[in-house]
Amino acid sequence: MTIQANPPAGSEVERTDLVTVTIDDVEVKVPKNTLAIRAAEQIGVQIPRFCDHPLLDPVAACRQCLVEVVDAGNGRGMPKPQTSCSLTVADGMVIRTQISSPVADKAQQGQMEFLLINHPLDCPVCDKGGECPLQNQAMTNGRGESRFEGVKRTYPKPINISAQVLLDRERCVLCARCTRFSQQIAGDPFIELLERGALQQVGIYEKEPYESYFSGNAIQICPVGALTSAAYRFRSRPFDLVSVPSVAEHDASGSAIRVDYRRGKVMRRLAGDDAEVNEEWISDRDRFAFNYANTGDRLTHPLIREDGELRAASWPEALTFAAQKLTAAKGNAAVLTGGRLTLEDAYAYSKFARVALGTNDIDFRARPHSPEEADFLAAAVAGTGLGTTFADLEKAGSVLLVGFEPEEESPAVFLRLRKGVRKIGTKVFTVAPYASRGVEKLSGVVVQCSPGTEAAVLGDLRTTGEGGAAAQAALGSDSIIIVGERLATVQGGYSAALRLALDTGAQLVWIPRRAGDRGALEAGCLPGLLPGGRLVTDAAARVDLQAAWGVEHLPGTIGKDTDEIIAAAGSLQALVVAGVEIDDLPNPAAALAALAAAPFVVSFEVRNSQVTEHADVIFPVVPPAEKDGTFVNWEGRERPFPVVLKMPAAMPDVRALAALAQEMDSSLGFSTPAGAKKEFDELGRWDGDRAGEPTYQAGPALGAFDSTRLATWRMLIDDSRGNDGEPHLVATARRPVARISQTTAHRVGVHDGDELVVSTDAGSIRLPVAITVMTDNVVWLPANSADSHVRRSLHADHGSIVTIAGGNS
Amino acid sequence: MADTTVPYSTGDSKIGETTIGEMRELAARYPEGRSALLPMLHLVQSVEGRITPEGIEACAAVLGLTGAEVSAVATFYTMYKRRPVGDYHVGVCTNTLCAIMGGDLIFERLKEHLDVGNDETTEDGKITLEHLECNAACDYAPVMMVNWEFFDDMTPESATQLVDDLQAGNEVKSPRGATICTWKEAERVLAGFPDGRADEGPTGGKATLAGLRLARERNWTAPAGAQARTTDDSRKED
Amino acid sequence: MLTPVLSDNWDQIRSWQLASYQRSGGYDALRTALRMLPADVVTAVKDSGLRGRGGAGFPTGMKWSFIPQDNPKPKYLVVNADESEPGTCKDIPLMLASPHTLVEGVIISAYAIRANTAFIYVRGEVLHVIRRLQQAVVEAREAGFLGTNILGTGYDLDVIVHAGAGAYICGEETALLDSLEGRRGQPRLRPPFPAVAGLYGCPTVINNVESIASVPSIINNGADWFGSMGTEKSKGPTLYSLSGHVTRPGQYEAPMGITLRQLLELAGGIRDGHELKFWTPGGSSTPLLTAEHLDVPLDYEGVAGAGSLLGTKALQIFDETTCPVRATLRWTEFYKHESCGKCTPCREGTWWLVQILERLEAGQGDESDLEKLLDLSDNITGRSFCALADGATAPITSSIQHFKDDYLAHFTNGGCPFDPMLSTVFATAGATA
Repeated sequence: MTIQANPPAGSEVERTDLVTVTIDDVEVKVPKNTLAIRAAEQIGVQIPRFCDHPLLDPVAACRQCLVEVVDAGNGRGMPKPQTSCSLTVADGMVIRTQISSPVADKAQQGQMEFLLINHPLDCPVCDKGGECPLQNQAMTNGRGESRFEGVKRTYPKPINISAQVLLDRERCVLCARCTRFSQQIAGDPFIELLERGALQQVGIYEKEPYESYFSGNAIQICPVGALTSAAYRFRSRPFDLVSVPSVAEHDASGSAIRVDYRRGKVMRRLAGDDAEVNEEWISDRDRFAFNYANTGDRLTHPLIREDGELRAASWPEALTFAAQKLTAAKGNAAVLTGGRLTLEDAYAYSKFARVALGTNDIDFRARPHSPEEADFLAAAVAGTGLGTTFADLEKAGSVLLVGFEPEEESPAVFLRLRKGVRKIGTKVFTVAPYASRGVEKLSGVVVQCSPGTEAAVLGDLRTTGEGGAAAQAALGSDSIIIVGERLATVQGGYSAALRLALDTGAQLVWIPRRAGDRGALEAGCLPGLLPGGRLVTDAAARVDLQAAWGVEHLPGTIGKDTDEIIAAAGSLQALVVAGVEIDDLPNPAAALAALAAAPFVVSFEVRNSQVTEHADVIFPVVPPAEKDGTFVNWEGRERPFPVVLKMPAAMPDVRALAALAQEMDSSLGFSTPAGAKKEFDELGRWDGDRAGEPTYQAGPALGAFDSTRLATWRMLIDDSRGNDGEPHLVATARRPVARISQTTAHRVGVHDGDELVVSTDAGSIRLPVAITVMTDNVVWLPANSADSHVRRSLHADHGSIVTIAGGNS
Repeated sequence: MADTTVPYSTGDSKIGETTIGEMRELAARYPEGRSALLPMLHLVQSVEGRITPEGIEACAAVLGLTGAEVSAVATFYTMYKRRPVGDYHVGVCTNTLCAIMGGDLIFERLKEHLDVGNDETTEDGKITLEHLECNAACDYAPVMMVNWEFFDDMTPESATQLVDDLQAGNEVKSPRGATICTWKEAERVLAGFPDGRADEGPTGGKATLAGLRLARERNWTAPAGAQARTTDDSRKED
Repeated sequence: MLTPVLSDNWDQIRSWQLASYQRSGGYDALRTALRMLPADVVTAVKDSGLRGRGGAGFPTGMKWSFIPQDNPKPKYLVVNADESEPGTCKDIPLMLASPHTLVEGVIISAYAIRANTAFIYVRGEVLHVIRRLQQAVVEAREAGFLGTNILGTGYDLDVIVHAGAGAYICGEETALLDSLEGRRGQPRLRPPFPAVAGLYGCPTVINNVESIASVPSIINNGADWFGSMGTEKSKGPTLYSLSGHVTRPGQYEAPMGITLRQLLELAGGIRDGHELKFWTPGGSSTPLLTAEHLDVPLDYEGVAGAGSLLGTKALQIFDETTCPVRATLRWTEFYKHESCGKCTPCREGTWWLVQILERLEAGQGDESDLEKLLDLSDNITGRSFCALADGATAPITSSIQHFKDDYLAHFTNGGCPFDPMLSTVFATAGATA
């Protein structure tokens, strides 16, 4: 029997690169340099292992996977059993595993016996029990009885190595998966092997807890119950759980996850395995932040405002109430959809706005934005399908980041970039005021930039210091320029990035922060954009869509964007708001005033919010776990997911909107996510004219020469309401600080650790100073962390002029 | 039960600008700075009398490592101590050969004599007693070390005399080394800052020279090579 | 009978100083070598038949020839001066008495492999040796033997004396490299081998002190001269270290292939009134031999033929007063203490073996425990990451092989039948502990 292993998708393995090996008398052809343990998997032979992990460098420490090599491919056998996790196969090699070799079998049983002598017999109370590689492999490959009659090594019960992660040292088999993951993959070597010999143990330095955005992966790949999370410890048994594959909703990567629930309640989430997207890793936010919909403020039934007070209402009553007002407002209503919707929900809002409300006043951007950004998205992103991919990131010669902090804003992107840096030496550059920790872990080079001047810097990289010159030199056809949503605050920013890409031959990719952003863009949740990349102003595109939708007319003028909608709220007759957090908007105070001024506000929400406080009618919709749908990730890849928790009468936005449209004597033509998706797919991407690329000029530098500009972005773990209900996760957030350069600190007379007051006319923020190597006359603040809510407190944003002073002066 | 003795801070660390500067100097001696970590930890001990949190943090800061990365190294090597070491680190080899030749009895005698256990320090802070693994002086068994200087062919009597002299502050010389300095001073040499005592002591002891003396007595030499050797009989030691 | 080469200047006044060393012809070899092509130096060492003196016996010149000279990365020479194998005590006295022999060897060897930086990784527990090495390097630099443009040849070399911090495992060459990089001294996976990717991922040669110190004499006197001593496959003079129950313990430099019987004669025999019971040919990691092996040639082939290993030629001699169970337990405790912890069989196996041996020494056990010890040893030997654990099982399997009756006597006696006082050096002196 000969088996040809399927090469991984996307790889181009020539036949000549295949070698033939014989494992347990079965011939198999595998690519050169394949590890024996992987080759055995190809023929269905599972060699027991602990330290081995396909995404970590081989270490051959646990010795569990010993096999006998009877012929090394040169006619000679190897005298000692070999670890199959570190043995690369050679043509003609003959390997015998535990299945056909008494030597390998005894060697494996011997290692298993050694591993068990110091392992506690606490499987009945161990979280890993029932899904434990040690337990399972001890059953399949171990001795029936231990010959150990001595004293086991014990340690005091678990130690908290972070607020979220606990370590039971006596369960640890010292495979070093966790420490190698932290060092190799995440770049956070806050856990290490300490001590020596039989006392070797995983540990932290006491003052530096294991605060990594990726710490949960270490728990997941632990082959025993040594690492557990505070969130899940002692909560459940694996055999009581039902597992559903899903997609994470906290960023734009569309990471594969597995959701485990029991009796209608999600108990935990794990990283799914998707080689093309997130490999086997997810951020702690994707893993642990899933309780936000169950924190006591969940909306359970529609509400209607009557005499200034909200009261419960039935769905029919609320629908009728809303339909009346909205029908009256047709042509003078606006829709804010936010960035958290699925593609299906976004498509429903997009169609609802055009068909039921007769307006193009719709925008998904619940954050600083610009007309230039909308033009850029229409020209370069919407309807372009799968473009630059994760795999491309890993293979890029160089990557230039502009207005984008990968570790904070898109952790899966960060990990893939880091893989490229580590494996092939990808050079990373960032146009930023300083090297964040994430950038440092990418060995990134900073192209020094004062916030707001990114366009000018991109326009003339060569003269922007050593970093700029190096970036310019490195950019070419094997490069990728990544632009983040923060660039919308910079006039000319996207235009300059497009020009740079054109000039250098680099790929350009837009990576937004939210899971629903790309889908909303594809669905046409922009004032100038219809579904599939169709331009509102393109008559042919409108005709195409009218035909598909079966409507006679679609509004043909560009609508209002988020800022314009808020500014015009008082003159609108109705405002429909999906999942939007007021504090995410550019000016929360103005947004609140707009909600107050708007004559009629319809809110579709999961939980009570500042929007629902001002709403006239509220429709309770369900979070992703309770509906099916699709996120489109930043690559343009569709990431469908099924319902996890089947709730009777669950109302996804699609269904609520369909009912509302019907009540308005209109029709969406679908009432389920599946229906919406079917119609969206049938509609297809526009293959007619595309918008021209924007050519905005770089804006003038704001403020006086020595005025202080604000740099700010959001941290992965911050005061987002998405983290509600998971205090252990929030406790691992990075401590908020205000960053300024030594020169700037000297100017205002503060030292490292002093309090700094950052203020605008709207208010002030006080944080300890962290003196940082960075651009002078710039202060960096976390955008939405404890004691630092930039938009709410300062009404300021990236590039704003602010005042700084010592806190004691 | 096994547990880590984590370094604790007493708040009176002596790591300052000078030590940080010396750490940087050590790091600069190597093609890659991290290679200086072992010497830097020796330097920490020479300043602090043990590995302290402040010492770990200084190493981490100078080399751009996490505290865990430095701790991983500091806890791996037996010469790094997490509890204060006395002025004199007294080691007794109890590896097999020395143990059988009398090391075990010497160690027992010293524990009794000093009223301390293994890896403990006398009340006066003078002596830390520890049993050692093989120190590469088996031809002088039983062997003791004081601040990593050799004391050869020991007996329970010579061992107790040795520690008595150390406690009394009498000058003590290694038979194959220098006048005994303090443990901290020794650690500074190990860190890579010589103390100018290399010329003290003999070339070797009796056992080192046993074969050579016999060869000289019996006029045994290696065959003459291309170049005749030029050892000078008039310049022999003793 | 004895052939002092390395030890030849050890009786000179202040032999550790440059002046003394040069009076004995020191650094002449360096001048010769620097007039040769590096490749010719490699050839000379290859032709001499010098084999690694750190225990494994790998041909030194061949090791050097593995350095890929087309690799643009820097090359490094690292001297393994981490002498820690129980019983081994040759490199320390060599470096104490004549550090310049090593330094000169380092310069010639580094030149041969075209390294511009060399390291002497010396165990930290030997203060005075480190002092003398530090001083020797300074003296050599001041004399123009180190630094830039050495002796006007354009060759540059920096030598760094690096003190370890207490870890037997760092004698394993890849663990030594990790330690030298400022990490935990745990062995590395091979491949890549150090010759290709060693220190800092660069081509690296790691040699034992005695190997490198032998190089100047080879350059001075020629490969044939070196090969005229020793046996067919194990050439040259070497240091044999006798310790334990022998009348005159110490360093005996003799041609490879001398026997223990001959060495004991030179050293005055087993101490008065006693007889040889067992011995290690090359440190505790080499299986024990007995009086029946007195005439085994002490070269690589001879000792291997007797079922043991030449190792470091550290001949630990034990007479009939010694309890082999006690000796084995103590060695096993040593390996447990020094196990780096990386791999399962060594870390857990030594933990277990110690517990069993403790029990057996206390007389609690039976013959089935010996079977268990042998079976556990079988699960450790050749299954662990590096050779440390192979060494750990050597005393156990060989002591059971040779001294099963002594084990059984513990069980029938309910404890150790030996009087530990009798085996001490001071037993006969009438001293009491």
